[in-house]
Amino acid sequence: MAAVGCSGVAVPVDVVNKQVALSPLTGWGRTGGSGSSVLPASSANLGDAVVHGPDRGVLMRGLGRSYGDAAQNGGGLVLRLAGSAGDAILDEATHRVTVGAGVSIDDLLRVTVPRGYFVPVTPGTRFVTIGGAIASDIHGKNHHGEGSFGNHVQRITMLLADGSTVEIGPDRGPDLFWATVGGMGLTGAIIEATIQMIPIETSRCIVDTTRAHDLEHILTLMDEGDHRYRYSVAWIDLMAKGRHLGRSVLTRGDHATVAELQGAATASPRAYDPRVIASVPPVVPLSVINTLSVKAFNEFWFRKAPMYRTGEIHSLAGFFHPLDMVGAWNRLYGPRGFVQYQFLVPFGEEEALRRIVERFAASGAASFLAVLKRFGASNPAPLSFPAPGWTLALDIPSSFNGLSDMLHDLDRIVLDAGGRHYLAKDSHTTPHAIKRGYPRLAEWQAVRDRFDPSGVWRSDLGRRLGLID
Amino acid sequence: MQNAFGEPQTILLLGGTSDIGRAIVGKLVSPTCRNVVLACRTPSAAEPAIAALRRDGMTVTSIAFDASAPLTHAEFVADVVAQVGDIDVVIVAFGVLGDQATFDHDPVAASEAVTINYVGAVSVGLAVAEQFRKQGHGQLVVLSSVAGERVRKSNFVYGSSKAGLDGFAQGLGDSLEGTGAKVLVVRPGFVHSAMTAGLAAAPLSTTPDAVAEATVKALRSGRRTVWVPGALRYMFIVLRHLPGAVFRRLPLG
Repeated sequence: MAAVGCSGVAVPVDVVNKQVALSPLTGWGRTGGSGSSVLPASSANLGDAVVHGPDRGVLMRGLGRSYGDAAQNGGGLVLRLAGSAGDAILDEATHRVTVGAGVSIDDLLRVTVPRGYFVPVTPGTRFVTIGGAIASDIHGKNHHGEGSFGNHVQRITMLLADGSTVEIGPDRGPDLFWATVGGMGLTGAIIEATIQMIPIETSRCIVDTTRAHDLEHILTLMDEGDHRYRYSVAWIDLMAKGRHLGRSVLTRGDHATVAELQGAATASPRAYDPRVIASVPPVVPLSVINTLSVKAFNEFWFRKAPMYRTGEIHSLAGFFHPLDMVGAWNRLYGPRGFVQYQFLVPFGEEEALRRIVERFAASGAASFLAVLKRFGASNPAPLSFPAPGWTLALDIPSSFNGLSDMLHDLDRIVLDAGGRHYLAKDSHTTPHAIKRGYPRLAEWQAVRDRFDPSGVWRSDLGRRLGLID
Repeated sequence: MQNAFGEPQTILLLGGTSDIGRAIVGKLVSPTCRNVVLACRTPSAAEPAIAALRRDGMTVTSIAFDASAPLTHAEFVADVVAQVGDIDVVIVAFGVLGDQATFDHDPVAASEAVTINYVGAVSVGLAVAEQFRKQGHGQLVVLSSVAGERVRKSNFVYGSSKAGLDGFAQGLGDSLEGTGAKVLVVRPGFVHSAMTAGLAAAPLSTTPDAVAEATVKALRSGRRTVWVPGALRYMFIVLRHLPGAVFRRLPLG
């Protein structure tokens, strides 16, 4: 039978007959893979694939930047939605852009930055899709003031389990809208979204940098000064011990105005063309991330940061997406991959944060570029991760001896403090931990059951963590 | 679904009374684990194992399984799935050693042993593989033996059944490439266990705990075969290539 579809890519009818071979998928951490039938899709033929989907269900996958098993569906169907930033519609009167869910923030910024608009929220990589950004309700350096991605979504066009297409927003079908924000793709397929963008004068940022000599110091600096900045994040050296425990480099800033630019930059204030400088080859037989290499790197990173410097001009990519300069850096961790552990503890539970930082420092686990961020208010989404408090994210090679037991221990500290784990990063925790961390899980499940009673939308993460049956 | 560290949520042990099988399950259990199913001919025989494994947040059950009844195997796997959902790790640990001197004069007893060790493992192995393909993940652990690596006269019925099993497991693993499912072939030497009680130990003998330790390590690192102890691999590179005339004269118990 011929393929159907209108934009060149299509779901072959084979899907319906379940004849598509499985291909292995993992998340960015390259652990816990499974085999799914992976196919390109377009909004025109999506309905068919969903209605005739396999027993193991259907899931949309973006660029696979969630760390664990959020974007895979073992034994089931995984669809990649094509999309082009060129088709995005930018409304200069309202500062809103309407864009396909399969378009990446990278592609979108290349179109909007030269026209004077930045995404309202960006994570540490621009290689995530709009659909993924909504499904994970991603956050960035401006969460303390501007909330997470879902706060800036005006409208979502989505395909439901019954094959119908609906338009939802915070004021139209709020139940389904907020269940979809942070809903990990388990409520339906996001096809298109309208996002409130940030107007910018330039493609540069103006940045203040401060070194903090220990954990106490960094928490105080952020508590006292974050409100003066749009963007704020700290890099924390988790391998430093003793009186250096928690030493950090705090960078804070905002988009630069034309008046703040100097020299050559003033000639083309909105020039934007970030490049990938180098890529890690496909096969790295052994992890090059180990205690020694990371210790040396962290030492260098801390020393190279100025004690205190204000008003530095950085490029957008240099400030927001430094790791994107190295393609496929996840391969550096070797064939066994790595785990990103990201949790939050509410304000007032700084002692729990300290205990966790101490535990990592004492373990000697090779963890570089751990990121500490002070969250602001949460949004109405039941499964949205951010809430007022501190979040720490760190990467560790999964082969590190005893790591699993340590993380199970840390889970308890996090949960006892009233905190929780970020689903988009998780690859290790338990259904029990998610139930405790997300007390509104049942509320989310009720909405999901209403819009997907037969369980069409499924993922490995959903099964592993008991989000779905 | 296993987590990033290869810690399973659901384990099925085929041969629920096997010392090695139980030791492997013991080492695979973590706070991630939710269901352990022990399959054996007489479910009540697994009671002590159930009691030993039981912990908070995890269900341990036993279920009837007859390795020598291939007709029941597809339905058996379906029953387990109906009970616990996706199965992350399946351990094929059943088998009988038998006594070569008896087999020499009792072809029926020999064929029964081979039916359990080889035929039963093939049929249940294929049923499990079918389920793994459906779910897009899963690890099958097959307890082979060095006895199958070069079959010797003192236990050639048992050895030949393990030789067949080992080949089957390797081929099954290769056929599952790319599906997300994997097969690990475990080749222990002489293991001190209930099965070998009363027998004289061979050189490089080992224990169920050591086999379990090596198996879990191999599972986590994604290996396809593991020898226990590791030195046996090199010993058998030599033994496998010895001329028959020499091999027959070796004092290999």
